[in-house]
This record gives sequence, structure tokens and C-alpha cells, in this order.
Amino acid sequence: MSLAHRIIPCLDTDGERVVKGVNFVGLREAGDPVALAARYNQEGADELVVLDIAASRDRRPTFLETIRHVAAELSIPLTAGGGIRTLEDGRAVVRAGADKITVNTAAVERPELITELSCEFGAQAVVLAIDAKRNGGHWEVMVRGGHESASREAIEWAREGVSLGAGEILLTSVDRDGTQTGFDTALTAAISRAVSVPVIASGGAKTPEHFVEIFKEGDADAALAASIFHDGIQSIRALKELLAAKSIEVRLSC
Amino acid sequence: MRVTIIDYGAGNVPSVERALQRLGAESHRTDSPESISKAKALLLPGVGHYSALVRALDEQEMREPLLSAVQRGVPFLGICLGLQVLFDSSAESPQLRGLNLLPGKVCALPPTVKLPHMGWNQITPNRESPLLAGIDASAYFYFAHSFAAPDSNGATATCFYGAAFAAVVEQQNIFGVQFHPEKSGDAGSRLLQNFLRLAA
Repeated sequence: MSLAHRIIPCLDTDGERVVKGVNFVGLREAGDPVALAARYNQEGADELVVLDIAASRDRRPTFLETIRHVAAELSIPLTAGGGIRTLEDGRAVVRAGADKITVNTAAVERPELITELSCEFGAQAVVLAIDAKRNGGHWEVMVRGGHESASREAIEWAREGVSLGAGEILLTSVDRDGTQTGFDTALTAAISRAVSVPVIASGGAKTPEHFVEIFKEGDADAALAASIFHDGIQSIRALKELLAAKSIEVRLSC
Repeated sequence: MRVTIIDYGAGNVPSVERALQRLGAESHRTDSPESISKAKALLLPGVGHYSALVRALDEQEMREPLLSAVQRGVPFLGICLGLQVLFDSSAESPQLRGLNLLPGKVCALPPTVKLPHMGWNQITPNRESPLLAGIDASAYFYFAHSFAAPDSNGATATCFYGAAFAAVVEQQNIFGVQFHPEKSGDAGSRLLQNFLRLAA
């Protein structure tokens, strides 16, 4: 008996509708974060992440409304983020029903944000999202949706983020994201071994073997994916059964 | 039967409300000593820092009505920090006093494992438990914490993560769970339903 490896579907929204990876989704659920949340809750997802990838100020009330409706469907934890720049932003997301807040660019620009959120909600509620891209022999932190280099080394930033109060790292490989060629096991293992908090691997998932790899070789505590779940090719339940058959501890009942 | 949720500002209050709502139970939030005195069933959810909970209990004068309600036999369920506060004290804020309804001190989980203990884990029941009635022994529950209560003889169920700790405690009308039943899928709903039945 030990802590189960978590499978986490991610909904990338424009605040209101799921905008990425929904090309093949069933018509009834196409783009509707609330319907997708209900489906994943039922299928045995261990958590759900909802991101506002547009993160525009004037659409914020709409995103908070989305969080409220999504949270109402869940009996599993909900992480929300995208555009969280202040303690007040974090509060609004928690009040709307999120259990954890994820921060990315704003934390790179103002690392005290991590401490402010951690003091108010506890480290278990603060997820530091790091978008990392290989540059020669190391990985560089990318910001603004993975488009711009922050000129920081990813391992060092992960360590600093944890010392500032982050309770979890959501690590996305910019190199693998969207490629469906598998998670970046080298990156994930390097970060996972460098920090004392759980690491969620993201970017590149397609086949069940990719999940086996990231748990066995990448030392990931959780794995996140979007389109492969939305398109219905990979069901969460079937994926977990396969992982269990490969002796990877997962939660099968829900 | 109406459940009184002690709301000191913890983030998981809305989730607990929703979970109770799904079970058809009525609940209301309060931070007033009077409402706690009149409660028929009490639920104390908590996440974050131990000190925030203890300070709120004292500053808002909820400690005394809470203790006397529990001593009168009002069913009480503490979730996460709500379990930890049942003990003498916590290493997270050693200078503060807990409710001291159960013996022992809350300690940090060992640094040999990743902390917080975050995610789904199984528990081992140590005895028959009305709170765990009808729940499969292999069920997983969602945990998110770095401190834990001792796995003494008093623990109804134990969890192991770096060290053994109390996952469920029960003593007459006092119940506590270290995990979050409101976030623990069907197993969590069943546990809350068991509490509602015990409190009815």
C-alpha cells in the first residue's frame, strides 16, 4: 500500500469554453468544461485542472463562474489558474471552489506571490507551474504561455519556488507539449529528484506506455494530459487498469 | 437534521457544503458562539496552517461553546486540521493549545518522503468503525497535509506515509479524519453519509 500515482485531465479554457484539444470530442460535451468535468469525475480522474489560457482581465468573472460550475460537479480536488497575479486573484479562485491555485508567469516576475498564497491557503494549495524547454545541457524556464524565455534555470527555479512555499510543481515540457511523443522523462526526473514536493508531469502524452515511462523512469507523482482524454481515444479508467497491470499503484475504485 | 459547519475561513468549506448537499443534508456555516451552542451536529473542516484555526477558535470565542457541545454529546466531525485540533497541540505551532479532547501531539511527517502528503492513499482500519461502515477496505482517500496525529491505540484507522499516523479517530461522539472526505469520491461520500446517520 502506498500513495497512488495520480491521473489528471486538464481543461484549457478561454475562461468559458474548452479551447484546446477538443477536436474529436462528442458533440454533447464539445467544449463544455462542466460536462467534461462531470465525465472525468465519473471515469475515475484523481484531480482536475482548469486553466484560463486567455487570462484576460475583463473575462475573469466568467472564469470564476466556470470554476463554480465545474466545482459543483466534482467529488475530487480541483486546481485552477491562469492569470493569477495577486493574492486577491488567488482568493477569488479559492472562493469560487478551487482547492489549489496554480501560478506561472506572475510568480517568475514576483516570486513573493508564492509566499503570499502559501501563507494564506497553506503550501498544499499552491501549485507552481513551470514551463521548461531544453537549452543545451540544461532546461530553461519559459513564460507567457511558453513563448518567452525567463532566462532562468528550471531546476533552480523549482527549488526556489518550493523554498518560497509551493507545495507542488506542475511541470510542462515545452519541447514535448502537443507532440504526443511522450513525456520528457529526463526533465521530470531531474526536477522530481531536486525538490521535496510532489511533481505533476505534463506535455507529450499519448499512449499508456508514456504514462508507464513517466511514473517508472520520470519519478512523477502525477501525470497530466488534455487532448488524449478529451478525444476519447484514451479513457481514464482503461489507462488506470493498464497501469495497475504494470504494477503501478493507481486508485481504481472511485 | 441540520449540520452546523464551523467556518473560520478555511478554503474547503464550500466543498464540504456541496458534498453534504449532494447527500441531501441541510447545513449552515457559522462563526458565532451562539450557533455552535445550539448545534445538533458539528463539522469542522480545515486546511492550511494550524495556527489560523486555533487563533480563530479563540479570537471568535468559539472554543468554549465547541467544547461544551462536544461534552454534551453533540456529534462532531473534524476534517484534516479539524482532526489535528482535537489533540493537545501541534508541532506546527507549539505555543498554541489544541482542544485537548484526545491525548497526544500532532507532529510533522518525516522528511524522508515528499511533503505535503498529497494525493490518494489507503487506510488500515484497526477496529470496527461506524464511520467506515460499508466502505471497502481497499478504498482510497484524498490527503493533503504535512503534519499528522500520532498512530496511538486510539486511532480507528491508520495510514502510512513515511510514518504511521492516525487517519481516522473516533471516541464516542467525537470523529476526525485526516483526509478530505469531501474530495474523496464515492468512498468519501459514504463516510459523510455515515456521519449524518450517526448524527441523526
